[in-house]
Amino acid sequence: MSAAVELAGAGKEFGPVTALTDIDLTIGAGEFVSLIGPSGCGKSTLLRLVADLEQPTSGTVTVTGKPARQARLDQDYGIAFQQAGLLDWRSVAENVELPLQVHGVGRAERRARAAELLELVGLADFARSRPGELSGGMQQRVAIARALAPSPKLLLMDEPFGALDEMTRERMQAELLRIAGETGAAVLFVTHSIPEAVVLSDRVVVMSPRPGRVTEIVAGRRPGTVPDDPGAVEYVRETTAFFEAVTAVREALRKGAAE
Amino acid sequence: MNGRLRGATTAVAAFVLLVALWELAKWLLPAAGVTVGDTRILPRTDDAAMPHVWTVLARLGAPEVAGAADPRSVGAAVAGGALVTLGLALGGLVLGGIGGTLLAVLMQRFALAEKAVLPYVIASQTVPLIAIAPLVAGWGGRIAIGGWTWEPWAGVMVIASYLAFFPISVGMLRGLTSPRKADVEMFHALAAGWWTTLVRLRLPASVPYLVPAARLAAAAAVVGAIVAEISTGTRGGIGRLIIEYAQSATGDPSQVYAAILGAAVLGLVAAGLVTVLELGLSRYRGATA
Amino acid sequence: MPGPARRFRGASAVVAPVAFGIALLVVWELVVRIGGLPSFLLPAPTAIAEQVGAQFPVILQTAGVTGGNALVGLVVGFLVGVLLAVLAAGSRLVSELVTPVVLAASAIPIVALAPVFTTMFGSTTEIPRRLVVTVVVTVPVFVATARGLRRVRPVHDELMVALAATRRQYTRFVRLPGAVPFVMTGLRLAAPAAVIAAIVAEYFGGLQNGLGSRISAAAANTAYTRAWAFVAASIVLGLLFFLAGLLAERLVTRNRR
Repeated sequence: MSAAVELAGAGKEFGPVTALTDIDLTIGAGEFVSLIGPSGCGKSTLLRLVADLEQPTSGTVTVTGKPARQARLDQDYGIAFQQAGLLDWRSVAENVELPLQVHGVGRAERRARAAELLELVGLADFARSRPGELSGGMQQRVAIARALAPSPKLLLMDEPFGALDEMTRERMQAELLRIAGETGAAVLFVTHSIPEAVVLSDRVVVMSPRPGRVTEIVAGRRPGTVPDDPGAVEYVRETTAFFEAVTAVREALRKGAAE
Repeated sequence: MNGRLRGATTAVAAFVLLVALWELAKWLLPAAGVTVGDTRILPRTDDAAMPHVWTVLARLGAPEVAGAADPRSVGAAVAGGALVTLGLALGGLVLGGIGGTLLAVLMQRFALAEKAVLPYVIASQTVPLIAIAPLVAGWGGRIAIGGWTWEPWAGVMVIASYLAFFPISVGMLRGLTSPRKADVEMFHALAAGWWTTLVRLRLPASVPYLVPAARLAAAAAVVGAIVAEISTGTRGGIGRLIIEYAQSATGDPSQVYAAILGAAVLGLVAAGLVTVLELGLSRYRGATA
Repeated sequence: MPGPARRFRGASAVVAPVAFGIALLVVWELVVRIGGLPSFLLPAPTAIAEQVGAQFPVILQTAGVTGGNALVGLVVGFLVGVLLAVLAAGSRLVSELVTPVVLAASAIPIVALAPVFTTMFGSTTEIPRRLVVTVVVTVPVFVATARGLRRVRPVHDELMVALAATRRQYTRFVRLPGAVPFVMTGLRLAAPAAVIAAIVAEYFGGLQNGLGSRISAAAANTAYTRAWAFVAASIVLGLLFFLAGLLAERLVTRNRR
């Protein structure tokens, strides 16, 4: 089975500015990888290279064994941004259906899939609501359901919980872990929160700016994805191993900044 | 730079295309137009209804009244008329601008005034106030204020200012109330009085709202001045010239077109003057963004 | 939950303008009566109301003609404006050709075209006035629609790229629905402008069967109070169009944030 993402010597220049240089990174199938670093370290750019929203100026980006562009055209990944970016004039269910509608899936199948996904993110009762009637956290859950609609093998998330309050955020992290476990999708997750990166990830990729590059990869403390174990995340957050990993990431960030 | 050049080129091309369409319609469509039943659905295209563009342009150089003792060209008459109307419209714009700003300040200061008056200001933008123009015409020569008799041109200016007044007052009110709460609270914390807050914060913050309002007001003042001239019978302006030419145009329609061209240029000049104002105030653009 | 203070504030939003309006009418009436203002300057509201009563059948008929012209021009101008904006959004060249013409049209006094349309289509049809209204309406509708079509949130833009949507799907799913509130705002602004244009166009000649020509005819005959009665009717017609536009806007956009 091919890796979910493979970057080999990937770099990106915007005119005279080098946003990313010489990135080698492989994300295995079903693996949860976080990108963390100060602003300007190119973590969002890296995700956008994978999503084919930007094209590398050097090196190669392979997604599910294909060039990034082909993977995008084949809808091999789902994506969620910091803003939920729901279409206000569509109901919640219609928003989830959007990717399927774009790719010509029939109405009945779309309906069924949307219902299934809204069940998964715990919003079955809001299928006919308008996005404007939902809280920020609920909107973000709809956006995640939308990203999952084409059953992608890879989920790209660009600070999806960045605009949420801490309580909502922790709840969403637990939700995301459960969803990632149930769907078996690999996740590439951009964040600037150290605890968030540690608690979610198999591996935390620490980056540093000017030019954007990977300085260190730290093992995360992704909880065992036992179904029906809602206490798992809360439990991990209070273990010594979790604090040690947080400290390791923090030191890696400090080292990267000092270089 | 390149983009601007392209923009200018395509803008010129657009107007050339319009002229070409005009000539094409003249060339292709039947001269008597197309009539279905009693309704003409396509225009007459003979020289009397749609003169050639070059005929209109040539007409600008021809004398206004053939064989008259005073050989004033049509172009000079149109330019002179447009200037008179521009003066009246600008006078109206300034008067209406001052009045509108004062009302906006009043509404900002007193919430009750805003509640009582604002619905009327908004409604008055949507009702045909210009309809009273023929009535203001009745004032000419009949009222005297002090030793000064009401002249017809003053009626024109009043109508123009009236139409300019409302967009300015609405825009200024929006601008005066646009500063963020935090900014207003900062001035409050600095123990700044109402006047200081108005001059240092609210007025600068209203510039981005004033400019589009002034653009609307300028266009409204021009329309107001032209319509008022027609209905008050004020001589000398471009509006009256259009009607005079239209009524005596059985022989020469291109003269009407020349006058309308003058009115169009007049509108563009007024808009251009607002752009000059905008550039002068550019320092305050986006002050609250 | 609206508390008592909130309710009072809501009430004052109605009471204040109504009180102001009544006060204005009373002061107007008193000034005219006590000050003995001549009717050419300003007739009393009661006198105007009396004339409205006397002229009611004529008012209804002329308002019907003017309202009809405004409505036809509004519908045609609205369709033309939206269509032009959609075409301009689809092609850079079309946009660059149409935009300067429309912007110029927004600055020039379009009603002055009335005599030209009269020559082109003849002075015995309604077409010249309807054309004036059409052009007057096209401008704000085009500007509003074009703005709406341009204003796509970056996140929606990226989403559609990530979904590998085609250009047509992008227009259908994101741009057009996103522009609807702007289109409706354009319609709301254009609706009263249509009435104004229909009335003013009559001052420039052509058929003399609408409200505008009644106003100028009455004024020319020094029947000022009667002229004011037709002005009052024009104001009511303008408000009707304004309210209809507002209602349409509210209805279409009520499900949005």
